[in-house]
Amino acid sequence: MRKIDNAMDVSLEKYDDTAEEHSYVEKLTQINPTDTDQFLNVGVDTHEEYRSGTFIQKDNSVIHSKTLQDGVEVMSISRAQEKHPWLDEYIWKSVSPETDKFTAMANEKPREGYFIRSLPGVKVEHPVQSCLYIEKEGFAQNVHNIVIAEENSEIHIITGCATAPHLMSGLHVGVSEFYVKKGAKLTFTMIHDWGDKINVRPRTVTHVEEGGVIVSNYISLKPVGSLQMNPITYLDGKGAVARFNSVLVAGEGSHMDVGSTILLNQPNTRAEIISRAIVSGGTIIARGNMVGKVADIKAHLECKGLVLKDGLMQAVPELQGHVPGVDMSHEAAVGKIDKREIEYLMARGLNEEEAISTIVRGFLNVQIEGLPVNIAKKLDKAISETEKDMM
Amino acid sequence: MLQIEELKVEVSGKTILKNINMEIPKGETHILFGPNGSGKTSLMMTIMGFSGYKVTHGKITFKGEDITHMPINERALLGIGVSFQRPPTINGLTTRNIVELCARNRSVDVEELAKQLNFSNFLDRDVNHNFSGGEIKRSEMLQLTAQQPDLVLLDEPESGVDLENIVVLGESINYLLHRGIKCPKGKPHKEIIQQKIKSALVITHTGHILDYITADKGQVLYNGVLCYSRNAREILKWIREYGYEECIRCAK
Repeated sequence: MRKIDNAMDVSLEKYDDTAEEHSYVEKLTQINPTDTDQFLNVGVDTHEEYRSGTFIQKDNSVIHSKTLQDGVEVMSISRAQEKHPWLDEYIWKSVSPETDKFTAMANEKPREGYFIRSLPGVKVEHPVQSCLYIEKEGFAQNVHNIVIAEENSEIHIITGCATAPHLMSGLHVGVSEFYVKKGAKLTFTMIHDWGDKINVRPRTVTHVEEGGVIVSNYISLKPVGSLQMNPITYLDGKGAVARFNSVLVAGEGSHMDVGSTILLNQPNTRAEIISRAIVSGGTIIARGNMVGKVADIKAHLECKGLVLKDGLMQAVPELQGHVPGVDMSHEAAVGKIDKREIEYLMARGLNEEEAISTIVRGFLNVQIEGLPVNIAKKLDKAISETEKDMM
Repeated sequence: MLQIEELKVEVSGKTILKNINMEIPKGETHILFGPNGSGKTSLMMTIMGFSGYKVTHGKITFKGEDITHMPINERALLGIGVSFQRPPTINGLTTRNIVELCARNRSVDVEELAKQLNFSNFLDRDVNHNFSGGEIKRSEMLQLTAQQPDLVLLDEPESGVDLENIVVLGESINYLLHRGIKCPKGKPHKEIIQQKIKSALVITHTGHILDYITADKGQVLYNGVLCYSRNAREILKWIREYGYEECIRCAK
């Protein structure tokens, strides 16, 4: 079990995992506007334009779930267990309940989560969207998610996590097990907007088979009480690829310990971890760990942090090569905005403030693959708002 | 256009420019010669107002305004533009983005400008990221063309540029300065160039750029002092023949 420092310690007793039932909503347009706004902030579009399916869970209740394209399944994990007896071969097979107290709790008290699956050979045209939402004060949300991209299928999932405004405390535990089969591609974009008193503990493991691709984008620009995650990805088949991008902003009171671990177990596997982090009064520990077990693998880790206001930005890049013939590299940089960059832009006519915000925006502008235009725009807006908070 | 009087400048507590007096009238291009370390770049950075270049005496006037202590961006908006030797990379900001920023509210055809500079393939790359010396020059010229300053400061525009692109670069400088304009019949040349007439200060220590652009005057900066001023080609010839030191000695 990973050692967790004091700021990251969460006593489970403080939280209640029961909540009143929220009724199922047939049409997304019937959802109340306060919630809808929160959904939109994390990329969930209630008009479902350019979406292939939707899953929404509020506290413990699945309030909506449907697919809009053949060849893709979207449902609650409990439904999926009824429908597919074989699901037992996937649940708790990648993540062990004994990993830590959070996984133990999720095992003891399972409270839904989503099941998303693209059938063999199906290229899911638009992203499937999911939203995990906490409304109840002092609530512990334990979800268990399973994603299966069957052979030669392609799917993009956008999952947004948010809370009702002004929530004073809450805990989110998400156990996720992803399976990317032969030649399949899973793009997983997660946008978090939790609120400054919420503790978040995702526990994710992904297995990628021969020729499969996992692209994971993680974006957290808004305050969060504490966040700790280190998804583990196993590249188990020849030529499998993993790309992890993350964009993190930690204002005062936010504590983030975010990493990615990728094990390159077969020849010709490739992995890349790119993270951009801005500390503006909070703490970010950006970890990356790549393990090369066989020859002819390629791994690169890039971690860049900017410190705008006193806090802590800690980059922890790790590379482990076990045999000759591994090709692994990393670059990590922590610093402030270079004055030369500011003056360069000022010489083009921008004032100091404009120059700084242009640089910050560029810094956060990681090329996020497959991001739908409306989310990209929203992200841009969120970045501008973030800038204002930081200055 | 630009007037510099008794300018004294310190960098890290050391006096780099001792007593500079210079005038660049409207529409004129001046060449600034000088060996490495003579203070050419420092003079340019001081005119633009960069931090680290402390004016301890004298004054800089541009378009009649005292700009000696004006912030960099206000000088830019007043009409001074500069091409840098070693500009910083700005991650995540593409060349296209910065060209658009340079244009401010003017509408510019970025694609077309880039095409003229043989630079289209670089528009979507982060500005200055892994650019070669010659690519930096073209990127800088592209930005200046979008910015359209009235006074253009060019720091060794030819250094690091390969033979194929030096012609392109020379043409772009002429285009920016509105020089070498062809005369259509019936319209006097003066009238054509009047609208976009620009002044320039071009730094060079090899003088190669003079094969591609025309100049009205040359000046020699040596040890922080402007010691010589006359026809640019004439100066270049002398420097080539006798070297800087002899030139300075002779000028005294």
